[in-house]
Amino acid sequence: MIVSTAKAPAKNAYLAGVRDGWPYIFMVIPFSILFGVVAMDAGLSVGQAMGFTVLVIAGAAQFAALQLMVENAAVTLVLLAALAVNLRMAMYSASLVPYLGAAPLWQRALVAYLNFDQTYMASIARYEDRPEMTTDQRFLYFMGVATPIAPVWYAMTLVGIYAGSTIPEAWALDFVLPITFLAMVAPMLKSLAHVAAAVVSIIVALALNGLPSGAGLLIAAFCAMCAGAAVETAMERRQ
Amino acid sequence: MTYSDAAIWGIIGCLAVGTFLIRFSFLGLMGDRAMPPIVLRLLRFTPVAVLPGMVAPLVLWPAATDGQPDLVRLIAAAAALGVGYWTRNVVWGILGGVSALYAGLGLTALL
Repeated sequence: MIVSTAKAPAKNAYLAGVRDGWPYIFMVIPFSILFGVVAMDAGLSVGQAMGFTVLVIAGAAQFAALQLMVENAAVTLVLLAALAVNLRMAMYSASLVPYLGAAPLWQRALVAYLNFDQTYMASIARYEDRPEMTTDQRFLYFMGVATPIAPVWYAMTLVGIYAGSTIPEAWALDFVLPITFLAMVAPMLKSLAHVAAAVVSIIVALALNGLPSGAGLLIAAFCAMCAGAAVETAMERRQ
Repeated sequence: MTYSDAAIWGIIGCLAVGTFLIRFSFLGLMGDRAMPPIVLRLLRFTPVAVLPGMVAPLVLWPAATDGQPDLVRLIAAAAALGVGYWTRNVVWGILGGVSALYAGLGLTALL
């Protein structure tokens, strides 16, 4: 096999990431505008709202925290609830280890800061499709996906802060989020095992919807992972 | 909201550090140490195990309709999933879902 120079494909991996990342801005835009609006309604200062968006950079957890803060909940409760919403990202972190574990610490730290649903889902799909990628290319791809998303997330929160309350509800922007997540997961349903995992995830999550702050989702995700692995093992044995 | 400014910044700071540590956890501490095959097998299902469960309540009981199931939103969700699966392409899936949503909302407004 002829080995090409590492530089050219690595650069392409970054551009491929940018290309695959930009569609997610359609989901990030309404979500971040909405956060700006809600943060102002809750009584945060502009600096505090932007602090949330830039430092925490996790939409669902930010909304959870704000909701409890509006109710004047105890600070520990606010922290626990919002961090529980983010616990799924420990699963993301673990599942990136086989692909990015060999990267330098600063790269892993940067990936960790930018590891949210969109960047993770897009990257893991690419890594699975292309096992031949080098660690360097995987890192660049991840940064590429984050490049259009993160700045839009910051900027549109600011738009929401200053102009948000004028956006009509009839646009149904709330529903862009589930649509994008569904469009994201559909191409990942590659085998019966993946479908089984998705179905178990839905059933358990709906059954446990009453549990607070993402606890139901964590249990659902764990059950679904077990179901997927079990079905895959069974299929391999039959062959 | 009755928190002091310092308390609010405290919440933001703790959430920022806590969220980062959650995201850094395995990736940062395990590095390239090998994981047991059973763990790897479980982790490969992470995306399809998290997203459907996250979306299902939002689709079935949308906040915008006060938690009442809404036919237009159900059809839009099915369109996003169906087009995404069929084309194996996220962008087409989003376009399919959004088109169905606005077509449905438009029709409902007219009727």
